[in-house]
Order: sequence, then C-alpha cells, then structure tokens
Amino acid sequence: MCKECGCGLGGTPQILGGHGNAEAATSATSADSAPGPGPGHEHQAYPAHEHPAHPHSHASGDPHTDAAHTVAVQRSLLEKNQRLAERNRGFFRAKGWLVLNIMSSPGAGKTTLIEQTARGLRGRLRCGVVVGDLATDLDAARLRAAGVPVVQVATGTVCHLDADMVRRAVAQLNTDGLDLLIIENVGNLVCPADFDLGEDLRVVLLSVTEGEDKPLKYPPLFHSAHVALITKCDLAEAAQFNRAAALAHLQRVSHHARIFEVSARTGAGMSAWLEFLQHEHRRIRNQPL
Amino acid sequence: MHEVGLMTEAIRIALEEAQARGARRITALRLRVGTLSGVVPEALAFAFDLVTARTAAEGARLEVERVPAVWWCRDCEQEFGGDDPWPACPHCGGLKAELRQGRELEIASMDLV
Repeated sequence: MCKECGCGLGGTPQILGGHGNAEAATSATSADSAPGPGPGHEHQAYPAHEHPAHPHSHASGDPHTDAAHTVAVQRSLLEKNQRLAERNRGFFRAKGWLVLNIMSSPGAGKTTLIEQTARGLRGRLRCGVVVGDLATDLDAARLRAAGVPVVQVATGTVCHLDADMVRRAVAQLNTDGLDLLIIENVGNLVCPADFDLGEDLRVVLLSVTEGEDKPLKYPPLFHSAHVALITKCDLAEAAQFNRAAALAHLQRVSHHARIFEVSARTGAGMSAWLEFLQHEHRRIRNQPL
Repeated sequence: MHEVGLMTEAIRIALEEAQARGARRITALRLRVGTLSGVVPEALAFAFDLVTARTAAEGARLEVERVPAVWWCRDCEQEFGGDDPWPACPHCGGLKAELRQGRELEIASMDLV
C-alpha cells in the first residue's frame, strides 16, 4: 500500500481517476471482480474520486514496493510496570507480608504516620519501610532513628515510585521476621495513581490542613485507594476543617475505601488503624498461596 | 504528568515490535489514550519528538485517539458515559459507579516500512 494516498490496499494496484498510468483503463475492469479492497475503500467505491497529481515521490524504482504497512500492536504502556508489580506481589505473598502503598500530597504526614504506626505495632507486627523521595534521605533518617528498618529510594526527577524501584529497594532491606512492608510513595497526588507496586492495600492520606476538596481535585488517585486516612485531626479546629464535607467527598470518590480519622501526633484514632492492619495481616497470611 | 516516561516506554515497545517484524522504519504510531488517563495529548506530542530523535521512529507521525469514559453503575447495573471523574448515575442517581473504559494508555497500531 502507498503510505501517503493509501492506494493499492489489498495488493491490487488500483489506478482509477487519473494517476496517468497506461494500465488504468484495463485494470479498472478487472479490479471489480478481483478479491480486492472492500466496499469502504474510497478509490473503488467512488470512481469519480479525483487523485490527479500523485504529489509524492517514490525513492525506489517501483513506486509502491517501499510503502508503509499498518500493523496492529495493542500493548499497554504500563505493561512492563504491571508485570514487575505482579512479580513483586508474588514475592510478597510468598513471604507472608502485608504491603501498603502510602500516597498523599507532600506534607500530609506520611512519615509521621509511618513512624507512629511502626511504634504502635511494636511487639505485634514487625515493620519495614521503603521511602521514595526526589532527593535527600531525611525521611529515612527519621524512621531509622525510630528503630525501623528503612531503605531510601532517591527517585531523582521521577515523580512516583515504580515496581522495579521497589524491587531493588526491598533487596536492600533487612527483612528478618518482617510482617508489614510500608512503602512511602513520593508526595504527589497525580502520578502514583498509575503505578502498581505489588501492594495489597493502597492507602491515601488527606490532612485536615490541606482542605476538604482534595478527593474531588485528584479523583484517580483517591478512587484507586483501598483505605483513606484523614490525618492531623488534632489540627482540625485550627484549620477550620469541614469534616462532613471531607467525608462526603471521600465517600463519593473513594466509595469502596475504609476511612480512618487519626492524629499520629496525639495518637487519637490510631488504635483502630493499627487493629485494622493486624486484621489485614492475618487475612493476607491465611490466604492460600 | 509523566508523559516523557510513558512515551519512552511507547517507543521502546514500538521499536521492539518493528524490529521483530523486520521493519526498517516506523512512519506512524497510533496511541489510544483514555480521557480519564490523566495524560495530556499535547504533552505526549512534545515527548514524542524528544524520544524518537535518532531512532528508527524519527520523523514518524503521532496519532492519538481519545477513548471516552464509560461507567457502570453498581446500583442499577447500567452503563453511562461522561468525563466527569466522579459522576452520579444518570439513570438512578447512584454514586457507586465503576470505570469500565477511559483510562487506556496503549499502542493501537503503527505503520512500518
């Protein structure tokens, strides 16, 4: 097929309506009975179709041997990450770990929540953490100071963690006796929505200081969450947080998500969250492999 | 968003498929992009020029087909359309809709020589 005008579809050199080729008259007749292009092909369906100039040039001798052909591909741009995420998931399940992917905007309180979750679960579940940030290992240092095994992934310019970064980070983590792997994603409410890391639960944070309408502004990420935590509840009054509106927005966009209201700083609401994690860990561990 | 990263992956896949078919060059690439994928076609076009430079896809034409969103209402079990990212069902008013189509990010086809 000619790549610019589409003529020759089906392998029959269709020359109708003034390509200036001597074969035009004869081939027009034979083409009608030939197993050529279907009725949708313009050149055949509309013999009056003007195509006089043939304005393009052909590099090779035969005008139509160098033509482009269309091939169907049908492959997802996320397939590589998806494949690696499924590999992670199989590895995590074989290990019996509950794996959380924690996502929020920058400053919603991911690190403090993780720190207090690990402390609160001490003696019940052993936690390890993978932290993603564009730069610095400040968050990792905080968690390390709290006695939590942690590996930092500096993503450079990348705005989200992907399954391969997590795989490489986990290989560096001290996973002896681990029960709960917490992945702290890059602070970003857009990109992490598309990247499965192999987690069991996608956890999104909404802090009272950032406004009730975040779920409406960033629906893909909130919609993908299994769990939504409203954080910094100790600041709700000072921030004039409209709790009813926030819950309504969350229930609308993340209608399948479990919702917790916590303050990692004061500990309010944390016991329900920790019990939920223990319950989920039992559920994962009891699943047949 | 991460259009450059996505386009890098698109070209990686396209070059792999082209090579497997013994093609010399990719002259057109057609992507299907859901209206709720979060991907901006203009940013994809920008990334395309960047990523195809000095590859067998350099100078190729990029065509982006936008795939409209289709929701399925869990309450009344009917489908409906619309690019509202948190829609109410137009049939029953329910808010428990699941997205059936509209987050596509895929290569549909390409032209090879």
